[in-house]
Amino acid sequence: MAAASAPADSWAIELEKINKRFGAVHANKDIDLKVRRGTIHGIVGENGAGKSTLMSILYGFYTADSGTIRVNGEVAHITDSRHALALGIGMVHQHFMLVDNFSVLENVVLGAEDSGFIKPSLDRARRELDQLEREYELEVDPDAIIEDISVGQQQRVEILKALYRGAETLILDEPTGVLTPKEADDLFRVLETLRAQGKTVILITHKLREIMAITDYVSVMRQGEMVDTLKTSETNPEQLAELMVGRRVLLRVEKGPANPGKTLLEVQNLTVADDMGVVRVKDVSFSVRAGEIVGIAGVSGNGQSELLEAITGMRDQKSGKVLLNGNEMHLRGDDGAARARAGGLAHVPEDRQRMGLVTQFAEWENSILGYHNSPEYGGALLDIAAVKKQAAERIATFDVRPANINLKSSLFSGGNQQKIVLAREMERNPDVLVVGQPTRGVDIGAIEFIHNQIIKMRDAGKAILLVSVELDEIRSLADRILVMFDGTIVGEADPATATEGELGLMMAGIANKEAAE
Amino acid sequence: MEFATVLSLLDATIRLSTPLLLACLAGLYSERSGVFDIGLEGKMLMAAFAAGAVAAVTGSAWAGLLAALIVSIMTASLQGAAAISLKGNQLIAGVAINMLAAGLTTFLGQQWFRQGGRTPQLSADGRFGTVELPFAPQIGQIPVVGPIYQELISGHYILVYVAFLAVPITAYVLYRTRFGLRLRAVGENPKAVDTAGISVNRLRYQAVLITGLLCGFAGAYFSIAQGSGFGNNMTAGKGFIALAALIFAKWKPVPAMFTCLLFGFLDALQIRLQGAELGGIEIPVQAIQALPYVLTVVLLAGFIGKAVGPKAGGVPYTKER
Repeated sequence: MAAASAPADSWAIELEKINKRFGAVHANKDIDLKVRRGTIHGIVGENGAGKSTLMSILYGFYTADSGTIRVNGEVAHITDSRHALALGIGMVHQHFMLVDNFSVLENVVLGAEDSGFIKPSLDRARRELDQLEREYELEVDPDAIIEDISVGQQQRVEILKALYRGAETLILDEPTGVLTPKEADDLFRVLETLRAQGKTVILITHKLREIMAITDYVSVMRQGEMVDTLKTSETNPEQLAELMVGRRVLLRVEKGPANPGKTLLEVQNLTVADDMGVVRVKDVSFSVRAGEIVGIAGVSGNGQSELLEAITGMRDQKSGKVLLNGNEMHLRGDDGAARARAGGLAHVPEDRQRMGLVTQFAEWENSILGYHNSPEYGGALLDIAAVKKQAAERIATFDVRPANINLKSSLFSGGNQQKIVLAREMERNPDVLVVGQPTRGVDIGAIEFIHNQIIKMRDAGKAILLVSVELDEIRSLADRILVMFDGTIVGEADPATATEGELGLMMAGIANKEAAE
Repeated sequence: MEFATVLSLLDATIRLSTPLLLACLAGLYSERSGVFDIGLEGKMLMAAFAAGAVAAVTGSAWAGLLAALIVSIMTASLQGAAAISLKGNQLIAGVAINMLAAGLTTFLGQQWFRQGGRTPQLSADGRFGTVELPFAPQIGQIPVVGPIYQELISGHYILVYVAFLAVPITAYVLYRTRFGLRLRAVGENPKAVDTAGISVNRLRYQAVLITGLLCGFAGAYFSIAQGSGFGNNMTAGKGFIALAALIFAKWKPVPAMFTCLLFGFLDALQIRLQGAELGGIEIPVQAIQALPYVLTVVLLAGFIGKAVGPKAGGVPYTKER
């Protein structure tokens, strides 16, 4: 590593031979990591590679079994997060550590109060926040209640919290997972400002694009080990992906041309309201033909979720029709989803943990959810042997790891949970497959597999409707792209010719406005 | 209704709402910290018994109060150990405390005093007398305002003043102090508190001990202020009504006071209405006695809207790996 020759005082963080075991799992094996002060240092690795464990050790949430930590060249024995904060290490967790019904100010002050009475602390925080906000362009209303502000703003509060506590090194754990592309861009600008002000940023992510876009150095972890640390300018996504997975990975999806046949799924003038009664899908019509993948692109929250839920019978539509194979489907009522499935429309929901699985069930139990009334499973008295036999076959076909059908579903990684859902929905051989966010929170190796499965279904003559907030995913998988904005479909694009810029404008609703004028 | 009647009705309201208010505020501390407490009833009963027994033996109301506070705090610690350190189910811990209290008080009462579980009738020194506020007789001469001061505000047991003083103190602690900020936070998102470097379990123990303290006052009120001696199950479900009041007040101290006053008023009205006639027919006593409970149900079901309690309530905190 070329950087090792730099003077010792330029390292903000040095980790040496860090080990951590959780029972039988060796989560961190002899990890060495040096982070240069004033840089953005990325750490990549698949889920379960040990990134979060390593950062939790640095932040004092866990203590390492062995190894040395140096902060600014001094050996530190970090025992708890308060200690880490005192050493100038702040962390922005993947799931924000905010109290939802507190104001921004109260959240910033919590745990960093100056005295027994909070008024002086709140006043001081208000002044300092004002200054921090100007310095780092992190605007938030200090009196806003957390649950009323956007996720992007909540993240700013987390960053402000760390800065208010005097953080010199800021660890961000998968910060863009919950952000819209625009919010992610804003975050990156903030990180660049932080770097310009001499702060050190450690960015944990599995998105290689972010690593390439913003980091100075990148360290790759795999299965609890540190594989390599590279200068970002001297590497490329393909190399990083290979280091992460341990084998060559195709980042580009390989697929032949589509052979669209007859229309299988048709949506006519569909209007859907959300739980609050607000109309989120406005008079939407489109169709999906056999042998094609239609992708719906859009910034999260523009009605895609409600559209998916209405088509799959999870949410009652206000008006309009959904036709499957030319026959109108009656999707209203509590058993709408069951009727949709019975009619040959399979659904991989957006949120697998909330809608796709009962995470406390064993894998084999989840493998028949939604189809549990099918006669081959025995009807009222389940033929458990048959169900388990089938589950074992599917787990093999879809390469679910660990290959244990009796394991509780919550113990599988995100990618493997998704494979469990995909196996259940695809192996029924449905005419139409509706997929929401197929690779959200899924690691690279599994993404490749999932994409290939979706293309295989298309080539088998099925109609596939894909909704994703990852524009790259839509562009590489879809044969046609529909862009959704504010509940309507504002345009259609050909993935082969449309540029990211054009799609971005449509997603922001701008192309639509011009067309109307 | 005459002025004097209204005054005595309101006077009874204050007397009857005092134990409710103490128990309700007690529950507020515990529940705000994320520990559901259906053991308010049990802690009050234990305290009432301790107060009655010690006051009977020593002849001192203050010794009785001290015993009530100690016993109630010890009971709360036991419940806390089960619900916080041992991560037991909080509802079951509360139920266990209630059952333990009902059985233990009667058993010990019978063993010690041989009066069917009751403690002996207290002498005047064994119970709290009423407190005359300064200049009550003089101010009482002034029309309208005078009697309100003399009858309604002055002349209550000292624990009544403790209860009503506890309201602004609780509001201040909750919204203006570091402890209050952390208390509210730990009931909503204990992980946020943990990552801020504060011990979740220590905070919860502190809250539960305050709950015990306030339940001690409430229990003592039953046996050595309002009553003169402990009687079997003398708290009669007030701990549960306090819990209902807490939910109705959405876990806020000042609304809690008004809710307890409302429930106290319904109780006072019920007593006053006994023997009343409607269209020449006497209303059955049972129907009138049921009135406060019926109204409680109606209020809780009809007017409360969506009661969202502390989000992390009921869940023991475990640091996940």
